[in-house]
Amino acid sequence: MLDDFLVRAALAGLGTAIAAGLLGCFVVWRRMAYFGDATAHAAILGVAISLAFSLSVFGGVLAVSLAMGLLLHRLEGQGREVNTALGVLAHTALALGLVAVALIPGMRVDLEAYLFGDVLTVTRGDLAVIWGGAAVVAAVLWWHWSALLTATLNPDLAQAAGIDPRREQLILTLMLACVVAVAIKVVGALLITALLIIPAAAARSFARTPEVMAGIAMLFGAIAALGGLGGAIVLNTPVGPSIVCVAAGLFAISRLAGRSG
Amino acid sequence: MPWLPARTRPMILIEAQGIAVRQGRTQVLDGVSLSVNRGEIVTIVGPNGSGKSTLLRALIGALKPNRGKVRRAEGLRIGYVPQKLHIDPSLPMTVRRFLNLPHRVAEDEARSALERAGVAGVAHRQMSDLSGGQFQRVLLARAILINPDILMLDEPTQGLDQPGQAAFYRQIEDVRARLGCAVLMVSHELHVVMSASDRVICLNGHICCEGTPEVVRAAPAYRELFGTGTGGALALYRHEHDHGHDHDHGQDHEHHHGHDQHNHSHGASHDAASTDGASDPAKQKPAKQEHAS
Repeated sequence: MLDDFLVRAALAGLGTAIAAGLLGCFVVWRRMAYFGDATAHAAILGVAISLAFSLSVFGGVLAVSLAMGLLLHRLEGQGREVNTALGVLAHTALALGLVAVALIPGMRVDLEAYLFGDVLTVTRGDLAVIWGGAAVVAAVLWWHWSALLTATLNPDLAQAAGIDPRREQLILTLMLACVVAVAIKVVGALLITALLIIPAAAARSFARTPEVMAGIAMLFGAIAALGGLGGAIVLNTPVGPSIVCVAAGLFAISRLAGRSG
Repeated sequence: MPWLPARTRPMILIEAQGIAVRQGRTQVLDGVSLSVNRGEIVTIVGPNGSGKSTLLRALIGALKPNRGKVRRAEGLRIGYVPQKLHIDPSLPMTVRRFLNLPHRVAEDEARSALERAGVAGVAHRQMSDLSGGQFQRVLLARAILINPDILMLDEPTQGLDQPGQAAFYRQIEDVRARLGCAVLMVSHELHVVMSASDRVICLNGHICCEGTPEVVRAAPAYRELFGTGTGGALALYRHEHDHGHDHDHGQDHEHHHGHDQHNHSHGASHDAASTDGASDPAKQKPAKQEHAS
């Protein structure tokens, strides 16, 4: 079954979309979209480093995303206004990555695969990494759900209950790097944030509790992944952007349904 | 101390020792020491920007003082009611779900906590649909669910109208009477709050004076900060203009408030001040108050 590239693509899309949908709820609740963008853009630098040193792309992307996440986490901890710093760091990492890839001697790489994803070429090994990463994200979020939610609601409230809000923030930062590494092959660095926030935002209209919202976000992510893949095959369009288009469609429908309901 | 639960002995629950907090270039708190005993109601009053919220946040551990220490009794359960709780519109949250944070509570416990806080029957509403008063009561309900040793409330009645404030403070007294917990609250609604307090601490970057409500009301430092009666608003305004910039290098600042006389002296100055013709401070007209500053 896994011999079929379409099956592998579908499974890769599903794993990524489910992890992203779950984590995406926190990205939306905490308004971390820009934070997600910065981490994702830094991934291109990770790609360049991996290619230059012949490392696994997942490893390189994970390492650089983690480094970026930790750097941002530190900046934020110092109470600085991080918005500008985020923009500077994110785009510097992206540009640096693009330049670095061009400078690698004898390397002719199709960077588009990393910018916009190339899910049709995922291997069994990729699939193992994607589902492994998704499982780690889901397990950590499950384990920390209550603490994360309390810290998201109000850091002081968490502190009074003996929860360290900075630690919870750090956990989300690490999970974000993990999702970026998992998703780069599926939707590419430029559209990862879309996969994080659009299903979650679409789920908002239908949910009365955080848990229901997370569940619907994962469902919408899955629908977008499968629908996008199917549409891409039929229309001969790139898969990553097609997935995001389906997610955007779901978002539009949810807004209309939310307004009338 | 008018009221103490029989089952407990007097004991310090939470204590600040000479803490100083700097935020940016502003010295928000300097050399603040206070402690709250089991079962006691302590109110911190002070004008805007006097560091009341900062002090409370330092006590719960949300910020680290640059100097000094905060000590909490081991295993201290803090029921915290923040000044404002903004829930992002993207986060759906029913009252019932909110009460489960961070630890799941049984259905009947949740119901009785809501009843005790005076908001029975809102369990299935969205937090965002509650009125200001209901919202604060739900925060109170959540705070009492953990059976706290101490309730810490940061201007809990901000945004409520006068009757709403009075009702909310009655609710707090009621809750405290049932649970026997200590209460540490921050307020600037002096007249409503003070009658219920065992001890009042008047804060303005440092502790200007402290003692029973009567002592504090009669203290020159307190009057200088707030005046009395209708003069209060004017005093507050003046104070901010006269002293607002002193925080960075305010050695002489302290003397304005008779700091030397009244700091750490709620035991000693108690009798002196209460026999000082201040038995009914409400009768003293603001006209009599000549604000030296």
